[in-house]
Amino acid sequence: MKARIFVTLKGGVLDPQGRAIHHALEGLGFDGVNDVRAGKLIELDLADGTSDEDIDAMCRKLLANTVIENYRIEKVA
Amino acid sequence: MKSAVIVFPGSNCDRDLAVAFEAATGAKPVMVWHRDTELPDDIDLIGVPGGFSYGDYLRSGAMAARSPVMQAVAQAADRGAFVLGICNGFQVLTESGLLPGALLRNAGGHFVCRDVALTVENAQSAFTSRYDAGERISYPVAHHDGNYFADDATLDRLEGEGRVALRYAESVNGSARNIAGILNDKGNVLGMMPHPERVIEPAHGATDGKRLFEGLVEGLMARA
Repeated sequence: MKARIFVTLKGGVLDPQGRAIHHALEGLGFDGVNDVRAGKLIELDLADGTSDEDIDAMCRKLLANTVIENYRIEKVA
Repeated sequence: MKSAVIVFPGSNCDRDLAVAFEAATGAKPVMVWHRDTELPDDIDLIGVPGGFSYGDYLRSGAMAARSPVMQAVAQAADRGAFVLGICNGFQVLTESGLLPGALLRNAGGHFVCRDVALTVENAQSAFTSRYDAGERISYPVAHHDGNYFADDATLDRLEGEGRVALRYAESVNGSARNIAGILNDKGNVLGMMPHPERVIEPAHGATDGKRLFEGLVEGLMARA
């Protein structure tokens, strides 16, 4: 069983990386970009039967810092 | 007086901090490896050094904060031992929950490596007792993720309780309210981005950091 964890900075938390990407896109001539936010994708290969609670605990205890980040779990068959 | 310096894979200021502890306490600190699960029972002072623990994987300080030794550090802090986290050590202390907030990438996106002017905001803590409140000092910084972040309620609480120990007196990294160092609620844990251990003897070119370590020792002596 696989799960994808998307970790993103909370709204209101400054994202210098996203801003740098935004500038680079503008430098390439892409003018229609309003904003860029960069995040992380973490792919987990899990033992079958791993509970949703356990995956959530992994996110809260390590994968995301909930002071500054949100996470979303996407289970892949 | 017993002191310890925690060593993670990727720590690179551990030996500098050990020298500063030895100069102030008169005894060599115990160097404690991150996999150790215990600290000496009677430990008085623990240093969490700067560096790039675990290559800053995931987030700066994130892996180190979950290493076995940090449980022992938390227990010692609970017993009242002084804990000083510098640079990566500050990141480890926030990631482990010993201090509130988080350290984000510097607002300008650049690694900042230079001397910065600081204001001592709280001169009542053991860490800052040898300074005057409002005194202007200078310590070097060297970091990429020093932009302190916490929600407004937390920032208000830190300010109200006198837990902002040091503030940048110039623009450095985008830190909320220019915070450079904060204390825990009991005042025995300090996390700071600037490096006092790099300015403790004339050969360093400056000695502004020396009083921080002397104050700590004084505080420990007074308590003994």
